[in-house]
Amino acid sequence: MAKQFMKGTEAIAEAAVRGGCRFFAGYPITPQNEIPEYMSRRLPEVGGVFVQGESEVSSVSMLFGAAAVGTRCMTSSSSPGMSLKSEGVSALAAGQLPAVIVNVSRGGPGVGSIQAAQMDYFQVTRAMGHGGHRLIVYAPSTVQEAVDLTYKAFEKADEYQAPMLVCPDGSIGAMMEAVELPPFRDAERKRLTTYASQCINPDKLIISTFHYTAEHSEGFNRLLEEMYEGWKQNEVMVEEYETEDAEVVVCAYGIVGRVAKDAVKQLRAEGIKAGLIRPITLFPFCTKSFEKLDYGKLKGILVAELSIPAQMIEDVELATKGRVPLESLTHSGGRFIITEEVYDRLKAMALGNTKEVK
Amino acid sequence: MELLYTRPKTLIKPGSYYCPGCLHALAGKLIAEVIQEMGVQDDTLLIASVGCGGMFKRILDVDCASATHGRAAAAATGACRCAPEKLVFTYQGDGDLAAIGLAETLNAANRGENFVAILINNSTYGMTGGQMAPTTMIGQASTTTPGGRQAEREGYPMHMCEIIDQLTAPRFIARYSLDKPAEIRKAKAGIRHAFDIQRAHKGYSFVELMSNCPTNWGLSPLQSLEFMREKTLKEFPLGVFRDLEKEETL
Amino acid sequence: MINRSVVAGFGGQGVMMIGKMLCYASLDHGKHALFLPSYGTEQRGGTANCTVILSDEEIGSPMTAHIDTLIAMNEPSLKKFQGMVKPGGTVYINSSLVKPEDVREDVVCTAIPVDDLAHELGSTKVANIIMLSAYAAGTGMFTKEEVTETVLHKLASKPQFLEMNRKAVETGFEHAK
Repeated sequence: MAKQFMKGTEAIAEAAVRGGCRFFAGYPITPQNEIPEYMSRRLPEVGGVFVQGESEVSSVSMLFGAAAVGTRCMTSSSSPGMSLKSEGVSALAAGQLPAVIVNVSRGGPGVGSIQAAQMDYFQVTRAMGHGGHRLIVYAPSTVQEAVDLTYKAFEKADEYQAPMLVCPDGSIGAMMEAVELPPFRDAERKRLTTYASQCINPDKLIISTFHYTAEHSEGFNRLLEEMYEGWKQNEVMVEEYETEDAEVVVCAYGIVGRVAKDAVKQLRAEGIKAGLIRPITLFPFCTKSFEKLDYGKLKGILVAELSIPAQMIEDVELATKGRVPLESLTHSGGRFIITEEVYDRLKAMALGNTKEVK
Repeated sequence: MELLYTRPKTLIKPGSYYCPGCLHALAGKLIAEVIQEMGVQDDTLLIASVGCGGMFKRILDVDCASATHGRAAAAATGACRCAPEKLVFTYQGDGDLAAIGLAETLNAANRGENFVAILINNSTYGMTGGQMAPTTMIGQASTTTPGGRQAEREGYPMHMCEIIDQLTAPRFIARYSLDKPAEIRKAKAGIRHAFDIQRAHKGYSFVELMSNCPTNWGLSPLQSLEFMREKTLKEFPLGVFRDLEKEETL
Repeated sequence: MINRSVVAGFGGQGVMMIGKMLCYASLDHGKHALFLPSYGTEQRGGTANCTVILSDEEIGSPMTAHIDTLIAMNEPSLKKFQGMVKPGGTVYINSSLVKPEDVREDVVCTAIPVDDLAHELGSTKVANIIMLSAYAAGTGMFTKEEVTETVLHKLASKPQFLEMNRKAVETGFEHAK
């Protein structure tokens, strides 16, 4: 099939439809409005349902019902809206319900800025809502990757019967690039099986986010723990570029990962041994990529992210365990990290002009 | 010997988890009977809620998705849109439906979603220990209005049937009481009517059941029924507020 | 070859369309393209700008300090963005609204009075078509036939303007020389 020139948000929506999504509920917020708008046109064409919810909270709760009857479903929002959705995402996780959440992230905190940013890192990687639940968090750096990861998120939501998060920043959402769209998956409704059924009424499907005994409550949390540990083993996605012999490494995700890769290429062309670690899943984090680095040669790692203060740097600290100096490069709220900045910082680091952060 | 009455098969043994004298259990039995009479046990999806209404999934032997606090109407929206073959209904207390879930309740009603919302009005938050609800009576003591609800401080009891009656889409809106047999029979007929409307894909119905809370009202079961007759049933008039089915057949 | 551009002007000048049309022309003719609009809180008015990257190779970073080309449809756009143009780069100006003497001296200035030319063709709305055609001709990225094909295909829903659009492409190519 010929490639199509699509906007990130619309490409995500079409990828969802092809991934089997037949229910979408959402609420207007910039910069993701094209997703509900696209779905309102597109879903009826494939026998699906679009509902504009009266709130973010309501929209995500509609997914609770749609997923309960076995329909693949999605909602999308942007940073302030994700805070509102967090209750419902926690409920999806607790209810063992497959669903895909898209966060086209913008500046924060509060209403923040409508411009692209990566300021929801802690929120999306730790626990969207209360109760310590996790999500596999996919962070695309191109429109094509946004398509592929959205499609994959539906597969993983089914596989683990859990909510998944796709987290492009606003620039990936607004950007247009040529994409190859994936084939249509079947969109049949599936009957779920749940832990709550076993506890409450094994003959029927019971979706419950509440357990009546300490034994059941702990049993369920152990089940989630086991699943999350499995993700750490099996679901990490990362791009490692020229890291084997690297003396300086930049760690960046999403749009910044793409910006940083060009800087690494330029430095390599000049004979400077630079490398890139680009986490594609923000959770589970690519801790093992940092184990493979040659700490005998490595002079420093630059963590570049569109967030002030820096957030991902804490995961890099955990992964590097103090073995190498870390530096931080940050902007937020509309100003982008550009290739030249990454280039200059890595070059200074390689030439020994590094200043340690913290 | 002729069998005059038996326990509906749609009720899970050993039965109610509710306090002695609580009419939630009676509401559960009525709904179980209606589901059995309609022969739709395997096609029913209960959208339970948080609070005493949440325990419904332990007494009704049907599929259940138990929504978070106040979100039952939104969850029911997702379910009934995706599974039109199912009998979808919510079962919610007054705090769940009229306070924290008011936006979900009114907007689902306004869209005319094809499910039945059942409200249990007992003028209090039962499970959390008797705090003030939107339906608490003026002067009624609660654990958060120790001297009684004051209109100038807490406003007035909210009448959900009357509020929903302002919307265009709902098909059937009615309030019944569970305090005596004649009213209980009407309530069961009303639930059946609402469920029939849902099965015919005709849209949204709202059934409010006036109930009690002996435990948090601090009354015996019998006294609680007296309190209903003297107080809450005077504040919340019974009756059918709207029945578009009837209007169409006339 | 890679060409990084910013296209900027008033809202309503068809700035986004210039950017998208160049991308479509690239994709129609075997090249890679990236379009990144800026967005704000206003629904109408204000300034509009977009980044356009056209390349023979896969496109990496869309965020760089310097650009090869600026298309400035009005004066504020020239002031805001000409500092980004590499020395020796090209600035296309709508000389109906922008004075050529305001353009930096270390860049190549292609001044085309696209508003006036469009008015002569019958509608100021085709000013953007003239400008993108001039860009295509000036960069040598596309032939006149290639641009005509893309423009007419993408604007096929408005057959009443077909002839005017064809003439607009020709006008752009003539004035780029």
